[in-house]
Amino acid sequence: MTSDSLVEVPLYEIAHGRTGDKGDRLNVSIIPFDDSGYAPIAEQATEARMLEMFRHRGATEARRYDLPKMKAFNFVIENVLQGGVNNSLNLDGHGKTLSFHALTMTVRVSPAVLAAAEQARGD
Amino acid sequence: MSAHRMHIGNAAGFSVDRMDVGGPVADALIGSGRPAALFYETLAERTLAIAQRERRRDPEKGYTPDLAGFVGPVLERCVASGIPIIGNFGAANPMGAARRLHELAKELGIEGLRVAVVDGDDLREDIRGLRTEQWGDETPLDLANTEILAANVYLGAQPIAEALDQDPHIVVTGRVTDSALALGPLMQHFGWAADDWDKMAAGVLAGHLLECGSQITGGYHADPGRKNVSGLADVGFPIAEVEEDGAIIVTKPEGTGGVVNTRTVKEQILYELDDPTQYLTPDATLDISDVAVEQIGPNRVRVTGAKGRAAPETLKVTISADGGWLGEGEISYAGPNAMARAQLAAKIMQERVDKLGLDCELRTDLIGTVSIHDGDTGELTASFDGEPREVRMRAAANAHDEATAAMVAREVESLYCDGPAGGGGVRRSTTWRVKTGSVLVPRSDVKPRVTMVTEDDI
Repeated sequence: MTSDSLVEVPLYEIAHGRTGDKGDRLNVSIIPFDDSGYAPIAEQATEARMLEMFRHRGATEARRYDLPKMKAFNFVIENVLQGGVNNSLNLDGHGKTLSFHALTMTVRVSPAVLAAAEQARGD
Repeated sequence: MSAHRMHIGNAAGFSVDRMDVGGPVADALIGSGRPAALFYETLAERTLAIAQRERRRDPEKGYTPDLAGFVGPVLERCVASGIPIIGNFGAANPMGAARRLHELAKELGIEGLRVAVVDGDDLREDIRGLRTEQWGDETPLDLANTEILAANVYLGAQPIAEALDQDPHIVVTGRVTDSALALGPLMQHFGWAADDWDKMAAGVLAGHLLECGSQITGGYHADPGRKNVSGLADVGFPIAEVEEDGAIIVTKPEGTGGVVNTRTVKEQILYELDDPTQYLTPDATLDISDVAVEQIGPNRVRVTGAKGRAAPETLKVTISADGGWLGEGEISYAGPNAMARAQLAAKIMQERVDKLGLDCELRTDLIGTVSIHDGDTGELTASFDGEPREVRMRAAANAHDEATAAMVAREVESLYCDGPAGGGGVRRSTTWRVKTGSVLVPRSDVKPRVTMVTEDDI
C-alpha cells in the first residue's frame, strides 16, 4: 500500500484512553478499539510527539510503555500538572480531562484500519 | 462449582462516592453463596491532613465523614451473612470510627458487633526520628522547617489478614495501600503465604482493578457514540471472583447499570500506573506486562497472568504540610462579543492584582475555549479561533494567607459593577491547600497493630 492511500486521523478515531495522576506526573493509556490499530500507533505515537503535545504545560519528559499482549500503551508524562492537585491553578488539578487532549494527536492509517476501528467502537 | 473461589466486592472508590451502591453488591455477594468480603476505599492522598485537622477540632472525629452513610445500608445483611466489611474509612481516627460503628449498630438494633481496628500507620509523632530516604526524584519537603500535619505509612495486607483471623464483622483501617483492602481477605481465606509473590501480585491486581469502584464498570468511561454505557445513574459496583491460583473474573451485580468489558478493564488496569513491569506495593511488586484480558460473558471479563516479585524493603510515608490558600472566582459573559468581554475581564483581574499589590500567583481562564487543557501561560487559549456563545472567566490565585486568596476571589465579584457589560453568575471560594511529599522508611520501623473493639469496650 502506498502512503498516498493513508488517511490522517486523530487518535480519537481509532483509540480510547484514560488519565491518572501521581503528584505532578500524568499517565495516559492509549488503547486501540481494534487490535489492527496497535501497529500504526506503536510506529507513530512516539514519546517525542507525546511530549510535544504537552510542551505548553511545561512537560519535561514522556515515556511510553508498550503492552503488546494487552494491545495497549501507557504514556507517563512528567511535570505536566503544574504542581498537581496540591498546587495547580488549573481548574483540573488532577489532569482528569487530559486523555482527550492526548487523543487529538494525529496518525496516518490505512482505510482498513480506520474501518476496523469504526466497526469495533460501534458495538 | 469450584470451592476455591472468593468473591470480593467494592462499594466505594473515593470519599464522595455514591452511598447507595453497596446494597446490590452485598446482595450479589450473599446470593453467590461463596466466601466473600466487601470493601470501601475512601482515602485520597491529601485526605489525612484534612482528617487530622478535624480530629484536632473534635477528638472523636477525623474518620471519613460519611462513614455511617456508607456502611449503614449494608451492615445488617453483611453481619447476618458473615461477610466482613473492610474499609480505610478510619482515616486519622480508626478508633473513633470503630466507636461510631458501634453507635450505628445500636441505632440499627444489631447486637454483638465486632470491629477490628488496624492502625500503626500514623507516624506524625515519630517521623522526625526515623531513618528516611527520599522517594523517587520528587522535591523533598523541608521537614526540619515544616509543621507536619500528617505522616502516614502505607501499610500492607498482612495486618488486615491478621485482623480477619479474629472473625470481625468490620475491619477499620487508617492508611493502607488501596489494593490491600482486597488482598487482605484473599490472603486470609486462601492462606496465601506473604512471599508467594505471584499470588500476592494477583491479589494486588484484583485490588487495583476494584479500588476505584465504578471506574471498571462503566464510570469515567462513557463517550456517547464511541463508548456507550447505559445506566450510569444506577451503575453497579464491581465484584472480583478470585480463584485460588490467582485468576480473576471481574463482574458486577445483576440488574445494575454500567458495563464490564475489555475496554473498561484495560483502562482501569493502566489507571495511575507508571512502569507496567513494576507496580510497587508493600505486599509485592506487580508486573502486568503479561496480563491477558478476555470477555467470557456479558459483563464478565477474565484477567490472568499477573506476575509478582519481592515487595520493596522500604515502605512509603506520605507527609502533609500547610500548602497555603487558593482563591477562585468565576463570572460569565454570553451573547454577542462574549469572548472579547471575557478577555477584558481577565485583563482587568491581572491589573487589579498588580494595583492592590496582592502577593499571589494568578491564573485566568476563559472557560468555553480550551482553557482546561491549557498551561498557565495561556498558549492554547491564545490560538483559539472560535466564537463561543458564552465564556466564563475564571481567576485563580495561590497565596500564603487566606486574606490574600479571599481578596482575589472578591475582586471577581467586584466585576459585576466595575467590569465589562453583562457579566453574571459569579461564584467564588477560598480553599485551604495541603502539600504532600513522600519518604521511605525501613519496614522494621513500622509496627502495624490490630485491636478488637467489641460492645463491651465502648
